[in-house]
Amino acid sequence: MPNVISPDGSIRQDNWVVVPRPAEGESLDIPADQPALIPADLWLAGYEHFTGRQEIGVWFDSHDEPEILDGRVNELPVIAVNFPKFSDGRGYSIGRLLRERFGYKNELRAIGDVLLDQLQFMKRCGFDAYVLRADKDINKAARCLNFFSQGYQAATDTEIPLFRRRAS
Amino acid sequence: MYVYDEHDRQMAAERVAQFRDQTERALAGELAEDEFLPLRLQNGLYVQRLAPMLRICVPYGMMRSDQLRRLARITRDYDKGYAHFTTRQNVQLNWPALEDVPDILAELAEVEMHANQTSGNCIRNTTTDQFSGVQSDEIADPRPYCEIIRQWSTFHPEFAFLPRKFKVAVNASEQTDRAAIQVHDIGLQMVRNEAGDLGFRVHVGGGLGRTPMVGPVIRDFLPELDLLTYLEAVLRVYNRYGRRDNKFKARIKILVKALTPEGFAEKVEAEWQHIKESPTRLTPEAIQRIQGYFTEPDYAAIDNATDLLASQRFENRGFDQWLTHNVDTHKKAGYAIVSLTMKKTGTPPGDVSDKQLEQIADLADEFSFGEIRVTHQQNVVLADVRQDRLFELWQAITPMGFGTANLNTLTDVICCPGGDYCALANAKSIPVAEAIQRQFDDLDYLYDLGNIDLNISGCMNACGHHHVGNIGVLGVDKKGQEFYQISLGGSSHHDASIGKILGPSFARDEMPKVISKIIDVYVDKRTEEETFLDTYRRVGIDPFKERVYA
Repeated sequence: MPNVISPDGSIRQDNWVVVPRPAEGESLDIPADQPALIPADLWLAGYEHFTGRQEIGVWFDSHDEPEILDGRVNELPVIAVNFPKFSDGRGYSIGRLLRERFGYKNELRAIGDVLLDQLQFMKRCGFDAYVLRADKDINKAARCLNFFSQGYQAATDTEIPLFRRRAS
Repeated sequence: MYVYDEHDRQMAAERVAQFRDQTERALAGELAEDEFLPLRLQNGLYVQRLAPMLRICVPYGMMRSDQLRRLARITRDYDKGYAHFTTRQNVQLNWPALEDVPDILAELAEVEMHANQTSGNCIRNTTTDQFSGVQSDEIADPRPYCEIIRQWSTFHPEFAFLPRKFKVAVNASEQTDRAAIQVHDIGLQMVRNEAGDLGFRVHVGGGLGRTPMVGPVIRDFLPELDLLTYLEAVLRVYNRYGRRDNKFKARIKILVKALTPEGFAEKVEAEWQHIKESPTRLTPEAIQRIQGYFTEPDYAAIDNATDLLASQRFENRGFDQWLTHNVDTHKKAGYAIVSLTMKKTGTPPGDVSDKQLEQIADLADEFSFGEIRVTHQQNVVLADVRQDRLFELWQAITPMGFGTANLNTLTDVICCPGGDYCALANAKSIPVAEAIQRQFDDLDYLYDLGNIDLNISGCMNACGHHHVGNIGVLGVDKKGQEFYQISLGGSSHHDASIGKILGPSFARDEMPKVISKIIDVYVDKRTEEETFLDTYRRVGIDPFKERVYA
C-alpha cells in the first residue's frame, strides 16, 4: 500500500493501484478488490462502463494531453500524473491545466519519480497527494513542501501574484 | 536600481536555507548525483575541470558598489582572489569549494544578490542593454520590465524543469541592439504602436549553440500589460511540446522551426487566450511601482563641458583616443557614459581581481552614483559620469588597466573561459584572444579598422557568441588536438546574422597570421565608409577564402 503525502506533509496510506497501459492486444488488468487508476484515454474509451465509479480513477503520462478530459474531470475521484523522470517538467503544466482550466476539484496525485525537492513545485501546481519514491525519506516531506513561505507568481495555490498583493 | 522589500528578502533567505539543506543531503549521500545536479545548477554551481564553478547572477547587469565589495571579499575568502565577467552579464567564481557554497550564497543574500537560475534547464537571467536609462534613443527604460520578468521567472513552479535552458533579453534602443536579442530564446524589442502605446515586438527561437538561428518575430506588438501572460503562454507551449528526447534538439528554436514560426505563434495565441485576462496580467500600478526603482539619479544641472574636453583632448592624445572610443553620449547634458574595458592584453577577457573589484566599486562611488553595469561584451560601464570629471577618471583608471581605448575594436574580444577552466570546452580560447591582441597592438591601426566584433568560443555551446562575431572563432577537437574554425559575417545587432564558416580549421599558432590575412582582405577591398561587416556583405566570403587558403 502506498504512503501518500498530503500538502501539509502528513502521511496516510491508501490502496489505489496504478494500472499500467496494457500491451497491444491485451486488455486492462483491473484488480477486483482495490481502487484503480487507469490510463486516461482508456477511461474515456470505456466511458459508459467506468463513469461514476468511485473506485476508478485515471492517470496521465507526461506526454499526454489533459485536454481529452475537458468537461468530465469532476466525474473522477482521483487523477494521477506520472513523472517518468523527476527532471521531466511537463507534469507541472498538466497539473495547472487540470485545476485552473478544466476546474478539477478532486484529488490530484503525483506518481512516478517523485522526489523531495520537487514537492513544493507540485503543490503550487495543484497536486494535493504525492507518492514519494520509496527510497526517499518520507519524514522530510513536510519540510520540503514548505521551503518557501510564498511565491512571486500566481499558480494554482495562489491566484494573486505578488505584484498585486504588494499593491493592496 | 531595484531594492529588495521584505518579500524579496524573505524568499532569498528561504532559498539559501533550502540549498543548505539540499547540499547537506547531497554530502550525506541522500541525493544521488543526478538528483542533486539540477538543484545545484539552479543555484549556479557547476562542477568543472579543476574545481566547482559558481555563477552569480547580476540581474540585467546592474550592480551597486556595496555588492562589488562583497564580491571582492567573497573571492578572497572563498576563492583565489579573482572573478570573471561572463557574456550574459553575470559573474563567475572559478574555485569555490562545494561545501562553502551555502555560506557564499548567504553572504550574497545579505547584499541582495543570489545565484538563482544562472544555470540549469530553467529561465535564466534576463539581460539587456548596458546603456539602458542613459541613452537618448530608447523607447523606454527596459530595466523595470527586466525586473518584472526576473520576479515572475524566479522559482516559477511550472517552469523549473524545462526541456533545456531558456534565455530572455530585452532591448529598447531603436538604432542599436546591444543585448543581442535576436539570438535569445525570447527577444523583446520595445516598440510603440501607432496609437503611441508601449509594447514589445516578440522574437522567439533565436539562439547560438549547435544550431544557430536568428529568432523570427511571432508577434509584432504585445501591449506592455500583457507581457507576463504572453511569456507564460510561450513557456507553457515550450514546456509541453519542446523535445526532451535529444538534448541537442531541446531548445525552443527547434520547436519553432518544426512548427514553423506561424504554427508556433498560433499555438501560443491559443494558449494565451485562456490566460490573458488572469491576475497575472500586469497593472499600470505594478509597472509604475517597479519603475519607481529606476528613477534618474540626482543629476546636477550642468552644461556640456565641450570646451574643457576639447582642450584636454588637444593636450593629451591618450585621453583623446579614450574619449573617442570608450566614452558614449549621455541623454543628460554635462554627463557621459564610460566603458571600462576589461581587455588588457595578457589578462583573460572579463577577468578581474578582488582589488580591481574594489577599485571599480570606489570608481562607481566617486564618479557614477555608486552603480555599475556589466556588459555582455565582458566590460563594465559607469553610466553617469560628469564630463568635467572625465579627465580625472581617465587618469585614475589607466594604471588600473581599465583604460585600454579599444572598445568595440578587434581586440575588444568576447571570449569564454575555454579549455583553461571549462569542462565542456574542446579547446582553449584565452590564449587565442591573447595572441590576437598581441598581433594587433597598434591602436592607430585598430582605429583605422573600425568596429569589428571578434568572438571566441572554446566549444559548440557558444558562450563566446562566435556565430554572431563579425569574425567568429570556434575551438574544435581533432583527434585530441586543439583546432580553430573561423566564421565570418555574423552580427548580434538589429541586422542580426549567423556567420558563415570560412573553411578547414587552423592550429592555434596559425591564428594570429590567419586573422591578419582576413583583415588584409578587408583593408584591400573596403570603400572609405565601410565597416568590416559592410565589406564582407558586399564582397562575400570568397576573397577571404582565397587569401587565407592560398
